[in-house]
Amino acid sequence: MSEKTKFEPRIVAFLCNWCTYAGADLAGTGRKQYQANVRVIKLPCTGGIDPLFLIKAFERGADGILVSGCHPGDCHYNSGNYHARRRWNVFRPLLEFCGINPERIQFSWISAAEGGKWVETINGVVNAVRALGPFEGYKKINAIGPDAPSESFVTN
Amino acid sequence: MIEALRKKAEELLRSNTVNVIYGYGEGSTPERTRPVFITKPEDVSKLTWNKYCVYNLTTYLKRRESRKLGKPAIVVKGCDAKTIVVLIKESQIKREDVYILGVTCNGVGEPMATKCKACDVHTPRIYDELIGEKIENKEIPFEERYAELEQYEKLSEKEKWDFWQKQFAKCIKCYACSSICPLCFCDRCIVDKNQPQWIDPSAHPRGNLSWNVTRAYHLAGRCINCEECQRVCPADIPLNLLNKKLAKETEKNFKYRAGYNIDDELAMATYKEDDNQDFFK
Repeated sequence: MSEKTKFEPRIVAFLCNWCTYAGADLAGTGRKQYQANVRVIKLPCTGGIDPLFLIKAFERGADGILVSGCHPGDCHYNSGNYHARRRWNVFRPLLEFCGINPERIQFSWISAAEGGKWVETINGVVNAVRALGPFEGYKKINAIGPDAPSESFVTN
Repeated sequence: MIEALRKKAEELLRSNTVNVIYGYGEGSTPERTRPVFITKPEDVSKLTWNKYCVYNLTTYLKRRESRKLGKPAIVVKGCDAKTIVVLIKESQIKREDVYILGVTCNGVGEPMATKCKACDVHTPRIYDELIGEKIENKEIPFEERYAELEQYEKLSEKEKWDFWQKQFAKCIKCYACSSICPLCFCDRCIVDKNQPQWIDPSAHPRGNLSWNVTRAYHLAGRCINCEECQRVCPADIPLNLLNKKLAKETEKNFKYRAGYNIDDELAMATYKEDDNQDFFK
């Protein structure tokens, strides 16, 4: 593969405002380096993440997704992450059953103090998705329509 | 059994215990039974019961047209009765607002419906009046109940994707699956919302995947495996496989089976501190 068409994965990260977003912020303040493939979407709580958000991210051209929030017991709203965990426990196998590689949808708990863990996790996700390659299947079913991503799968 | 059913129905209507009976009636040919709504005691002879009564009549509990008829008595098989449990748990109906005419059942459909193959509710688990000889509900092991899924689960990732893409490609977005589903009761479905447009309304592969995954997911921990979605699908998409997969995961992870025990907390409305989190980093 030439330098120009090298595949760079597009990762969408859904982060909770209170823990992981603050953790990512800490990584930034600490001048920690990590791969720049991630697009962060900040939400109040992982408990408020509808699985449709994930599907939408894939529709709009994501190759991988990270969902991250507070450690169990640390939720700002007491139980949001517990409810989220229940949901992902069934949603993840459903996508897997439909033929979507579970490596493309990853979950983590990262607290506001874990800037280092954020860097590690992001690098891990990016590397895993880079190894899987572009999400060709979804790209194909996206092929037509006004929302179809243009050349965005290949960046230089 | 039919006689007992008719007699009870007549009695309920005459005593004004209920205003309407939702039951099965005869169709143009024997295998075409259809729903009937009986409001007059003299009409109870229209009621019937046979192996062609595949439908889940509880779907009419959500319809405005039938609700208008007043308090119902509803003829349910063991599987359909589970729907009522879920509806009660989800505060859609009150237990006292519906009279349950449970019928014992040895399997329906010709050939027998898939849902009947691993049936453990020959006798309804909830009823006000039981019609027919009581049949012992025997326990069926987990693996046997979900045996149908095995051949799909062992496919490779690509084979799974190709299989489901081929299936979803047939979808014409008629939404018959959610119209018939007794548990799809939102007045405004996610597909009716267009600001933002979560699900592409055209019958395009992209929207088809979103729709079918979302429909199934919204039944996670709720579907009682009546297979009505699959039966009505004009494109013959094996929708119940998705529902069953979710039921399996719910049972595996949370030890919960929808519609079995009215005292159980709804799986997706509660949590435990020690829920599985193997896949969390």
